Amino acid sequence: MKTRVIWFLLPALLLMSVSAFLPVMTVLNYSLHVLFAGSIPKYIGLENYKAAMHTEPFVKAIGRQFIYTLEILLLEIPLGLALAMTLPKKGIFVGLVLVLLGIPLLIPWNVVGIIWRLFIRADIGVLPEAFKRIGVAYSVEKAHPAWWTVIAMDVWHWTPLVTLLCYAGLRAIPQEFYQAARVDSASKFATFRYVTLPKLKHVMIIAVLLRSMDSFKVYSEPFILTAGGPGTTTELLSLFVSRQAIGAFNLGLSSAFSLIYFIIVLVMCYVLYVTMTQIGERR
Amino acid sequence: MATIKLVDITHTYVKGRVETPALRGINLTFEEGCPSALLGPSGCGKTTLLNILSGLLIPSSGRVYFDDVDVTDLPTEERNIAQVFQFPVVYDSMNVYGNLAFPLKNRKVPHREVDQRVREVACLLDLIDDLDSGPRSLPAGKRQLLALGRGLVREDTSVILLDEPMTQIDVHQRWFLRRELSKVQSRLNITMIYVTHDQYEALTFAEKVVVMNDGLVVQEGTPEELYRNPQHPFVGYFIGTPGMNLMECRLEGNRLELPGFTKSISKALAEKLKKHGAQFKLGVRPEYVHCDTRKHEGWFPLTVTIVEDRGEFQIITLQGDGSSLKSQMPSTLQVTEGQQMWVNFLEEKVKVYKNDQAIV
Repeated sequence: MKTRVIWFLLPALLLMSVSAFLPVMTVLNYSLHVLFAGSIPKYIGLENYKAAMHTEPFVKAIGRQFIYTLEILLLEIPLGLALAMTLPKKGIFVGLVLVLLGIPLLIPWNVVGIIWRLFIRADIGVLPEAFKRIGVAYSVEKAHPAWWTVIAMDVWHWTPLVTLLCYAGLRAIPQEFYQAARVDSASKFATFRYVTLPKLKHVMIIAVLLRSMDSFKVYSEPFILTAGGPGTTTELLSLFVSRQAIGAFNLGLSSAFSLIYFIIVLVMCYVLYVTMTQIGERR
Repeated sequence: MATIKLVDITHTYVKGRVETPALRGINLTFEEGCPSALLGPSGCGKTTLLNILSGLLIPSSGRVYFDDVDVTDLPTEERNIAQVFQFPVVYDSMNVYGNLAFPLKNRKVPHREVDQRVREVACLLDLIDDLDSGPRSLPAGKRQLLALGRGLVREDTSVILLDEPMTQIDVHQRWFLRRELSKVQSRLNITMIYVTHDQYEALTFAEKVVVMNDGLVVQEGTPEELYRNPQHPFVGYFIGTPGMNLMECRLEGNRLELPGFTKSISKALAEKLKKHGAQFKLGVRPEYVHCDTRKHEGWFPLTVTIVEDRGEFQIITLQGDGSSLKSQMPSTLQVTEGQQMWVNFLEEKVKVYKNDQAIV
């Protein structure tokens, strides 16, 4: 019996090994060698990792990435929740609003980048024009406006996801809890604090984890919008790593960058998995 | 506590052009300090009535009075009611103490008073040892008590509404919760309205039971009255396990012609019935239907179709030509399905209905 099971699993395992296991192992192997394109590899142990952690642009990109994730979370989670709470609960507008909200989520990531490139163009863009009218200088050639434009793009793109998650969570709260709060003369704030928030806790954890993981992997939108510029001010981790791997010839060091990046994402996936299974157990 | 009065309440749900009448003229009084129950099958309008009492719904017409104060248009917050729902509604993020203190804190009651009231109520509900624990760690019965406790901490509560509070409580916990509810009721003497479709819960809890069907109050009275003297065939059928046997019958001289058999009655009863016409509905409770394997004078033969053993007694379903009759007999009686039995019931135990009104 057991041997037969193996035969059924084999195609999937083979496919997995070709698509995931082998490339990762190759990169791991590269990262342990001095390896320039075309040269003979030489084993150097963890030297590449030490070098990576001493590469200032890389460490800066990690720091930038964490700040980016923190900032988009601080904006998207409260904004998404606030939007979800103002959405209609029933009626003909529910479907319409949900579809409208879903549109940014349905647009391919690189197209989002292109849309925002049009927004920021000095000649026809809506953002420079809008800022000009309120008398504020705006140009993505400068570090701060560029950074906040990248953040704004992420908020524009992904807040609807948080909203949809929260909306589903809100709909799942039995009305009896709100009736009980009214019976207890709870104020609007107390109702939010003691009924809505605790009941949304699990949904919020999922939203936070999904957004932090995804924001670590963000690539095409900032690449198209600013390509990490001006300078390296908007160079997120994925942009840095891909630039190293494609532009540079030091494959060993690039592999080390990739693996460190991979491990960060992996740890976050693990946290997501553990949290979600614990939620299941507690119920 | 307050006396609750409902005057000419009607309610119709309107959805688009479809109008669904839910309540069709309800006049009721729930006396102060009296445990009452609203009993009826699903869709009879009892939940609508409860929502009108709690302020969730404003009736299409009619007024609601709490101690002669018209509260019909007041929102829930201003009615001073307490409500216990089908499942325990407790605030998970607060401990038991916080839950009990919540309604008082919202009303800006001073701290010392809050503490005193919370402890009093916790003592009464046997929650004093659980004050620091989270509500999630309590069994469902205790969580439901905690929900009740939030209604008891306020001294000005007019009425406690219980909306099928046993639905999600397991059997063992139900017994515990039922005992606690009776204890609270007898100690505090509060007005409680218990809404349920379960006759056992209603009859054991309440001193006054209101039976509803199809948006109308069919009968109100003590459990005893409802059982012994159902004024409407529905009450007879709905209360009792199994419910009352109901059969169409025709008066022919001194005999009642029932489908499948004939029952002779006394002259006095026949005279009484004659005044109301000839066509009636006859009701008799299964425990008054006697059957025997031997023939007796005036008894009629029916065939046994189903025998259900309930331990001390058995429920025998008897079939005649177009009629079906249930009888409750001691388990000692030997019966087999398919057997012929001789059946009779005393006319004093019979209820006779004309146009759904009891006349005998």
